[in-house]
Amino acid sequence: MKGYLKMKTGIKKMVSRVNIKPGLSNFSSYFFSSRTKFNRKTITFGVVILSWLVINSLFLIAQQPEQVIAIKGAKIITVTGEEIPNGIILIKGKLIADIGPNVNIPSEAKVIEAQGLRAYPGLIDGYSFLGIQEISSVRATVDTRETGDINPQANSYEALRPDSVHIPITRANGITCALVAPTGGLISGMSGLIKLDGWTPGELVVKGPVAMHIQFPMPRRSFRRQSKPSVSTSKKINQLKKLFAEARYYEKRRLAAQKNTLLPYPDFDEKLEALLPVVHGQLPVMISVYAENDIKQVIKLVKEEKLKAILFGVHDGCKVANEIAQAGLPVVLDSLYNMPVRWEDGYDALYRNPAALVKAGVKIAFSSQSASVAKDLPWHAAKAVAFGLEAEEALKAVTINPAEIFGVADQMGSLEKGKLANIVLTDGDILEIKRHVKHLFIEGQEIDLSNYYTELLHKFEKRLNENK
Amino acid sequence: MKKIVVLVIVFIGLLLTPGWAGQDLFIKNGTLLTITKGIISGGDILIIDGKIRQIGQDLAPPEGIPVVDATGLYVMPGIIDSHTHIALSGTNEGSVAISSEVRMKDVINAEDTSIYTALTGGVTMVHTMHGSANPIGGENVVLKLKWGKTAEDMYVPYAYRTLKFALGENPKRANMMVVSANPRYPQTRMGVVAIIRREFEKARAYMEEWKRYNQLKKNKKLVSFLLPPRRNLRLEPLVLMMEGKMVARCHTYQADETLEFIKLSKEFGFKIGAFEHAWEAYKIAKELAAEKIGISVFADSWAYKMEAYQGIAYMAAFCAKNGVLVSINSDSGERIRRLFNDAAKTMRYGDLSEEEALKLITINPAIQLGVEKRVGSLEVGKDADIAIFKEHPLSAFTRCEKTIIEGEIYFDRAKYLEEQKKKEQKKKEKAEKKTPKGGLK
Repeated sequence: MKGYLKMKTGIKKMVSRVNIKPGLSNFSSYFFSSRTKFNRKTITFGVVILSWLVINSLFLIAQQPEQVIAIKGAKIITVTGEEIPNGIILIKGKLIADIGPNVNIPSEAKVIEAQGLRAYPGLIDGYSFLGIQEISSVRATVDTRETGDINPQANSYEALRPDSVHIPITRANGITCALVAPTGGLISGMSGLIKLDGWTPGELVVKGPVAMHIQFPMPRRSFRRQSKPSVSTSKKINQLKKLFAEARYYEKRRLAAQKNTLLPYPDFDEKLEALLPVVHGQLPVMISVYAENDIKQVIKLVKEEKLKAILFGVHDGCKVANEIAQAGLPVVLDSLYNMPVRWEDGYDALYRNPAALVKAGVKIAFSSQSASVAKDLPWHAAKAVAFGLEAEEALKAVTINPAEIFGVADQMGSLEKGKLANIVLTDGDILEIKRHVKHLFIEGQEIDLSNYYTELLHKFEKRLNENK
Repeated sequence: MKKIVVLVIVFIGLLLTPGWAGQDLFIKNGTLLTITKGIISGGDILIIDGKIRQIGQDLAPPEGIPVVDATGLYVMPGIIDSHTHIALSGTNEGSVAISSEVRMKDVINAEDTSIYTALTGGVTMVHTMHGSANPIGGENVVLKLKWGKTAEDMYVPYAYRTLKFALGENPKRANMMVVSANPRYPQTRMGVVAIIRREFEKARAYMEEWKRYNQLKKNKKLVSFLLPPRRNLRLEPLVLMMEGKMVARCHTYQADETLEFIKLSKEFGFKIGAFEHAWEAYKIAKELAAEKIGISVFADSWAYKMEAYQGIAYMAAFCAKNGVLVSINSDSGERIRRLFNDAAKTMRYGDLSEEEALKLITINPAIQLGVEKRVGSLEVGKDADIAIFKEHPLSAFTRCEKTIIEGEIYFDRAKYLEEQKKKEQKKKEKAEKKTPKGGLK
């Protein structure tokens, strides 16, 4: 700002030297009046200065002054650090500029009185269909599943619909980011992380791709014990290995052709092309896998193929928790609105699974696995608390853990200085059902909490109050 | 002489066998959420023969009565699910549009594990229904979830007799994956209304036929010449409805079709027990309140089909506040175990009080099923159908600890954990037996 003022006064001085005032009318008279006589040097100098002035002012119009917001008096749950019983969060632009019990509030700051409220980092959904599914049984509105078995080239975050009504409904419950993932087949495609605010797909996407999605089917409900690895799983593992080998060979052939002009280039193969970052161990695979033996086989596959991997679903996780922990694989749990596969595992198998995994040292995250009820994410975490998971761990599993798993922990997942200002203010524990979200910030912007629900509600509240 | 001895022994034996009248139990020192009579902290409940005999603080338990210590726990009436399809070995007779002759009573599956699942969520009673593939489905049935007992033991004879109706996409067969070359009539909402009207007209004529027969039968000279009308099992339930002996439970989504069905009910003079799902009831809360027709709805499961795309999570609370009798149902063998979570959502979406929210899964569904004098609240004289929770049942962090029906404990988490432990130990022992001890290399 100061620099700009200096320049401005400098220009004024220069302009006064050539004896004109800036402004369009003067500008034209200066150039087109026949009576004025200046040498060429002065004219060129004037043109340069004026065009610089115009460009500079345009730039300043586009770049609004940084918004400063101070959230005052809330109980701040930072997730990664200590709780601050009565603190201040200072937002500058997109970022958290400062946070603590005593923070100087600049005079230009908009102050939000948050006494009696709690401040949390925005929640992150570990797996959703937000923006790619509107009405699940209406095919025209569903873009989650490509046809065929192998679709590594499909990209969920290139099919986003920012106007989905589910996005504002979800964020009004405290969720600020979500992984949007494809489903179906053996390789479903790539997922992206979105923030739940934006006009265009480009504005929504925070990171993409985040992972390549591979799916092993959920075992059918049965009472039989699975003592041997199921044939279909090992078949699928072999199919994957073959694909990975093909991708490596495809790349080899291309490199060889680049070096040796006598060799032909391999035909472009979109599927193998898309698998290259996977076999290089750069792009993680997110593998949906449920049964005990399938999980063991998948762990082996990940080791042998040297993949970077995230497990998803993992219904039998509590039975192989130690193996998963040893392999160092993080787990994104699927919706807890599911039934256990086997009767003998007990009714609460899926509910106690998160606690067992955490106890073994596995990093977990929760997910809604939905678009229409993605808003329920915090309540999946709470359900796990009811069955033994520590509340603190449950909160991590919807904030910092998914941020770490998706490689964005430097930007989000906790309330820390320098991170994006994704902040939720609630009137109670954020994992509780009955609490309300009072304010929401996504990348420093205060978000309007109204949504399709509230619009319809208000419309028909009006009808009720009509005297007809 | 021998015969007499045998008879006497049999008679004594019969006297000694305990009847199914319910059991005795004493629940001690819990926070009692009575629903209709407020909250009693540190309260006791005395249950004799499966009925609540006494409720209050510092009751003295009779000697030898089994005691459940509810210190620090929350005690509420058993949850009632007003709309499910569990414990049945068939739900949709989809081959024909009108299947009012089928009865869910005939296909009760007492061994469906969903019964146990429901118990683990504090549910003690369900209204288990015919599906929604038909404009007129079949007769539904009310069951108490006495897991391990027979279908007869579970059957609740004193509930309303209800007949399932369905409007909109499902009877239209709009979401079938494969469209048949000869689709079943009806395929439109106009067809659905027309076919229901047709059946009621038929039933009215059938009813008249019987009336005439019964009238003429009184004339003794005519009796020998008269033939009774042929019985029609498909029309009989509709006759019962027009006579007020049976009520409609109508699956509906759109506000418009809901209003059309109310018109039909007036045309033929039958009663609507409740609208099922009724995702647009908030648009016509005025009419529903005026007609005193309740709704049995989801808390927030929506947008799974076109007609569910304007279902808002605020609906249950909005309608409840505006004079409509609302219950929250599961319609699912999975959701049924978290109805208490769904009830809590009406506090998030619509700010119902705790008491109002709990009513949606207890006394309100009981009223809709006509069993409110027997269940739905903790009151002296009512059946001892009770659920005990660790935290307040409307907290997200709670879980069901015990589910009791007529004084008998059908789900006990402590016992379940013990059994699981035993199972695991057995598994381990088996595994140890399998591995050969030493020697072999």
